[in-house]
Amino acid sequence: MSFPWAKQYEPRQPLMKWLDEKLPLPRLVYNAVGAGYPVPRNLNYFWNFGVLAGAALAIQIITGIVLAMHYAANAGVAFNSVEHIMRDVNAGWFIRYAHMNGASMFFIVVYLHIFRGLYYGSYKAPREMVWLLGVVIFLLMMATAFMGYVLPWGQMSFWGAQVITGFFSAIPIVGEPIRQWLLGGFAPDNAALNRFFSLHYLLPFVIAGVVILHIWALHIPGSNNPTGIEVKDEQDTVPFHPYYTAKDGFGLGVFLLVFVLLAFFSPNLLGHADNYIPANPLSTPAHIVPEWYFWPFYAILRAFTFNFLWIDAKLWGVIAMFASIALLFFLPWLDSSPVKSSTYRPLYKKFFWVLVVDVLVLGYCGKSPAEQPYVIMSQIAAAYYFAHFLIILPIVSRIERPAPMPNSITEAVLAKHADDTSAATA
Amino acid sequence: MASETNLNAGIEEGVRRRDFINIAAVSFAGVGAVAVVLPLVNQMNPSADVLALSSTEIDISAIEAGQAIKTSWRKQPVFVRNLTTAEIAAANKVPLSELRDPQTLAERTKVGKENWLITLGVCTHLGCVPLGAAEGEPRGDFGGYFCPCHGSHYDTAARIRKGPAPKNLFVPPYEFTSDTAVTIG
Repeated sequence: MSFPWAKQYEPRQPLMKWLDEKLPLPRLVYNAVGAGYPVPRNLNYFWNFGVLAGAALAIQIITGIVLAMHYAANAGVAFNSVEHIMRDVNAGWFIRYAHMNGASMFFIVVYLHIFRGLYYGSYKAPREMVWLLGVVIFLLMMATAFMGYVLPWGQMSFWGAQVITGFFSAIPIVGEPIRQWLLGGFAPDNAALNRFFSLHYLLPFVIAGVVILHIWALHIPGSNNPTGIEVKDEQDTVPFHPYYTAKDGFGLGVFLLVFVLLAFFSPNLLGHADNYIPANPLSTPAHIVPEWYFWPFYAILRAFTFNFLWIDAKLWGVIAMFASIALLFFLPWLDSSPVKSSTYRPLYKKFFWVLVVDVLVLGYCGKSPAEQPYVIMSQIAAAYYFAHFLIILPIVSRIERPAPMPNSITEAVLAKHADDTSAATA
Repeated sequence: MASETNLNAGIEEGVRRRDFINIAAVSFAGVGAVAVVLPLVNQMNPSADVLALSSTEIDISAIEAGQAIKTSWRKQPVFVRNLTTAEIAAANKVPLSELRDPQTLAERTKVGKENWLITLGVCTHLGCVPLGAAEGEPRGDFGGYFCPCHGSHYDTAARIRKGPAPKNLFVPPYEFTSDTAVTIG
């Protein structure tokens, strides 16, 4: 892997030489995120979000381990133990607010990371495996976030667990036994809370493992770039360190700024007041909604209000919701255009922005109550979502005439530079 | 020639005795692995104490016609409703062909006790508790129960009429131990 001109790790101190012979861990780091990894010279700030997602995962793991020292996963005391963290534990409020809002920040940067990949064609050959592993990480994140949301055992926790495990009861015949198997009971209770805590602690480490595979798979072809043109020679690249460690460091500063603004000044902005009411199995809150990062998928789930063919509305909703994510696994083969970047794809670029708006509309519908006009809006938006990937994308990639492309990254960069200087002198 | 035969001594053509030992050993280890997975999977199922909460006794003497109460069976809410004659008539008037999950009111109640409608208060869509059991709660377009989560409407016999839920509200196994007492489960 990597390019022939990549810098070689050369330890100078005797201790580092000794370590390199016994366990070349510094070499591994040097080649992965150090000067030994050549990266296209033209990456823009949208390339920050992978590193930011890694930082968010680290924040979640650290704050999560601390919270687990004070939290009690028992239906009788879970709610009070969270209040204990908020009121009694030293700096407990800070650690919990950081973990709560850290989840939102994690999803924000991951969504931007995903849409970056969609815009610049990062999912295409030779990076299909990077994309596939990314979708796996996304699924693991959703499972982890859901189970974490159940732990405070408030009203939204309880009813979220009830509704989400209810998805499985849509499966004919075996659905209800599967649901009871997942919950360890007939409704969410102590057994469910305990296993969710166990898995919520495990899955972040599984995510970290898949992240390593994701980066490994990325480093075989190397990073994509805003032109979508593959690296041709040494002048197309710069070493990751110090060039992108510096650029990512700046991005990390901005990320942390937004994060602390949220955590300190508006920690409950993205939460629901109902989750500060202890779980009550006999009363559903009037308006139950998932966390914001699930809204688009929740809208797709609710878009089916009618039976169709021989499958009932409930199963359709669940199938559509899972399919909306499973679809992403096929994306590298649905889009057959050899041109990666939207910069050179005038038609695809338009549909990309329509998709962004469509997902935002789905999110808005998912947040709103299950009544008109949101039902019909989510039906149209859900239909468009599937149409984008299954109909529009394959057709566009066949009929589109790409714009003229530069021969190399360097040529694109120099042409842009020439434009800038001529514009400045004119 | 003689030395060559000696070199090949003990080497068998085709299926060897060692192949059998390999297959037998790996198969046995596989059976062992499956035997270990079974309890690991089964521990997730409802435990004995959860299953033990399988019956609930309720007193229905205080429920007037038109009223309903919420109780709990297996940690799930149960609605016990004393139907009015108008509600019974409304339920019986609906042709079965109009129903998504065709059932008559009589099939959902006990003989001679058609006014007592006992169902789980668990929406068959994704498990929310429908509204309509307590005074003043919305009862949906069909005068029974209404689930606010995803907008399922149930009629006076708690049958699904509109919205995403596939089934009628589930009637748990129960029996009248006297005119005013019911055992659920």
